[in-house]
Amino acid sequence: MKTVEDLRKLREEVQQMTKLRDGGAEVKIVVGMGTCGIAAGARETLNAFVQEIAVKSLSGVVVTQAGCVGLCDREPIVEVNAKDGRTIYARVTPEKARRIISEHVQGGRVIEDWVTRN
Amino acid sequence: MEELALHILDLVQNCAEAGASMVEITIIEDFSSNLLLIEIRDNGRGMSPEVLANVEDPFFTTRTTRHVGLGIPLLKAAAEQAGGSFVITSSPGKGTTVRAEFEHDNIDRAPLGSVCDTVVALLAVHPRLDLVYTHSVNGTEFVLDGREIREICGEDLNHPKIIQWLKSYIAEQEKQLGGDQ
Ligand SMILES: Nc1ncnc2c1ncn2[C@@H]1O[C@H](COP(=O)(O)OP(=O)(O)O)[C@@H](O)[C@H]1O
Ligand SMILES: [Mg+2]
Repeated sequence: MKTVEDLRKLREEVQQMTKLRDGGAEVKIVVGMGTCGIAAGARETLNAFVQEIAVKSLSGVVVTQAGCVGLCDREPIVEVNAKDGRTIYARVTPEKARRIISEHVQGGRVIEDWVTRN
Repeated sequence: MEELALHILDLVQNCAEAGASMVEITIIEDFSSNLLLIEIRDNGRGMSPEVLANVEDPFFTTRTTRHVGLGIPLLKAAAEQAGGSFVITSSPGKGTTVRAEFEHDNIDRAPLGSVCDTVVALLAVHPRLDLVYTHSVNGTEFVLDGREIREICGEDLNHPKIIQWLKSYIAEQEKQLGGDQ
């Protein structure tokens, strides 16, 4: 069984990791978490982003949420804010989330096919 | 929505939008009384009597991005179709409590689903919210107190590696508890 002591140790490791690179987030990923987003699978999408960032030990990438942005027919909606600007992706599944991490966040290439305009 | 856990996520989003600093999620399963109860209590801004009177109506919302508010009516319908009941109490400045009851064995009751996934999603995006999650199954309880986690993890509470750890911790505890999935 996992114990709270394990969590203490993990936090120390995380602190060591973040100490190595200072400065704010370079990439911000915003997942739409209104009712429509949640009904369309936003929880799984969000958790997939968080998991992928953890597994790949990416630093400087934060995941956050937004309420309903009025694009209910295209949920789950994900906005990526990076050096290349603001990109809005539509119907983002966990599978697509992992590709957005590897191709856009890590590779710097926007996946044009999934982009939507508001 | 396919899982009651998704309704919980949606309702806690309401609490966050209402400026709550604390949200208590309580799930009680009691097989002997055939009960599944979900309660979500917040200390947010609460609702005026006018909003409260209309909030169970699917064509009511105070948001401006669209014209229907579905979150509350959807949970109400889920409870009522499963032989249960639905009550909201709220007062301005004090907070809001939503309570939904279901017949545990009702064939029209949606599955509880993954409350673990709901709780970690909430911790990831609302790291400053005091989230207290309690799940009791036939009197045995699992409590995850977000304030205790923050005491250990500080501002790293929503670091993806911490969230992954919490996810496997909660999953382990839920498995032991043996409640509805
Ligand atoms: N916990 C809460 N605290 C304060 N107000 C709430 C809360 N939950 C719901 N409301 C009010 O009820 C309205 C309807 O909620 P809901 O059915 O979830 O639809 P939506 O969130 O899309 O508006 C909200 O717009 C808000 O004004
Ligand atoms: Mg809502």
